[in-house]
Amino acid sequence: MTIYYTKEHEWISVEGDVGTVGITAYAAEQLGDVVYVELPDADTEFSKGGEMAVVESVKAASDLYAPISGTVTEGNSDLADAPETVNEDAEGKGWFVKLTLSNTGELDGLMDKAAYDAFCAGQ
Amino acid sequence: MSEDTSLKTTALHALHIELGAKMVAFAGYEMPVQYPLGVKDEHLWTRAKAGLFDVSHMGPCFLFLKEGLGKAGAHEKIAALIERLVPSDIKALKPGQSRLTVLLAEDGGILDDLIITRPENDELQGMLYIVVNGAMKHQDWAVFEDKLGAETTLKRADDRVLLALQGPEAVNVLKAFFPGCEDLKFMQSKRMYWNDVRCAVSRCGYTGEDGFEILIFAEAAGDFTRQLLSDERVEPIGLAARDSLRLEAGLCLYGHDMDASREPVEVGLGWVIQKRRREAADFPGAERILTARADGPAQVRVGIKPLERAPAREGTEISVAGEVIGIVTSGGFGPSVGGPIAMGYVAAAYGAPGTKIDLMVRGKARAAEVATLPFVAHNYKR
Repeated sequence: MTIYYTKEHEWISVEGDVGTVGITAYAAEQLGDVVYVELPDADTEFSKGGEMAVVESVKAASDLYAPISGTVTEGNSDLADAPETVNEDAEGKGWFVKLTLSNTGELDGLMDKAAYDAFCAGQ
Repeated sequence: MSEDTSLKTTALHALHIELGAKMVAFAGYEMPVQYPLGVKDEHLWTRAKAGLFDVSHMGPCFLFLKEGLGKAGAHEKIAALIERLVPSDIKALKPGQSRLTVLLAEDGGILDDLIITRPENDELQGMLYIVVNGAMKHQDWAVFEDKLGAETTLKRADDRVLLALQGPEAVNVLKAFFPGCEDLKFMQSKRMYWNDVRCAVSRCGYTGEDGFEILIFAEAAGDFTRQLLSDERVEPIGLAARDSLRLEAGLCLYGHDMDASREPVEVGLGWVIQKRRREAADFPGAERILTARADGPAQVRVGIKPLERAPAREGTEISVAGEVIGIVTSGGFGPSVGGPIAMGYVAAAYGAPGTKIDLMVRGKARAAEVATLPFVAHNYKR
């Protein structure tokens, strides 16, 4: 399993052609208290950069973009009743969606943990 | 208007940074939107204890008679002048009493909402202490100058800091600074001294909670604020929690829930027009406003309770059976309510609490109903 990061503060954990996507702990901290997450239905297809989900804090709504192209297999239904999980465990239990990746070659453009931490430090 | 687009700062700017605030642009100022406590906990803290807000970006000012200050009839004279611009009975204010009112355009549209206070001291009769919205203050001050400049002098309180201390513990905290402030009632104001520094202490605010606003000279404000914050019942609170607090309290934010296109009755502020003024019908747009009062306005401002978990933000369309019947003007999440809340305007026929409506959030109809305002009961000291 390898974990990649985007400049939009998402993470994607990849095993074979299955990816699990969420927002990073840094992003969750910046957003503040998450009060609602809107997730796509299963079988929805996304191209890299497409608007995949919406995360709402007390303050504002923010879009989550598909870090990579693929087809949704599952959304994290636990977030419906417990959106605060995103703040408590952003890079674990607070995952958003699982995808079947349609082009694993797109992963090459993403960051690893060290590169992402350096990116955040420069923000 | 100045060509300078750089952000202004308040006298407490360095303290906000020191406290770890996240700063944003608001009404031309760089202001704290939240502190490390976080929006939700800042909100809940204010409802439970005492929250301290720097609201120096607002427009506190003093309007003085050019002639006759402190003389017999001075209040009546300045009241008659300001009543050309606002529909409230300012003449009837008792010394030390404040009143919410609206600044009206010629057509009765609302240019701003403001609080006008008659000072308590005899020598200050003929002066009014006025607080207007930060985003509208330059417009408002220009109106005062244009319409009343021949007979009055406007003094902007640019040398002061305006703080709001809000919440059930506010009075217990503040009485150590201003003994006797506990005797003020909601919408009363008094000149008081902290370490010989002259302050205006008013029992008001915009969170729905009991609390005070304190106008203090900038050079003393840092020490005063630090001493307030040293009380364990007090936390600094940012603009984001101020917004969710006022939304739960059903209070309008100018530029969002009202603007120059709306008259006071549809906004739900018809009550600011007292009987003497209604009978005299001697304010700008009186015919339009009194017609709306008599016949009912075409649209009404209502509370909106989404029945699902998705918040509906400002600009969300409201529909019934596929037909658009209104719009959300403020919306988000209410931490004390524990769910999404909003307010907005609907066609008058849909204004009754309990009316089922749809909120068009990102293209999907979300079930909601018209709700009674406020969402959280006011806790004012009457």
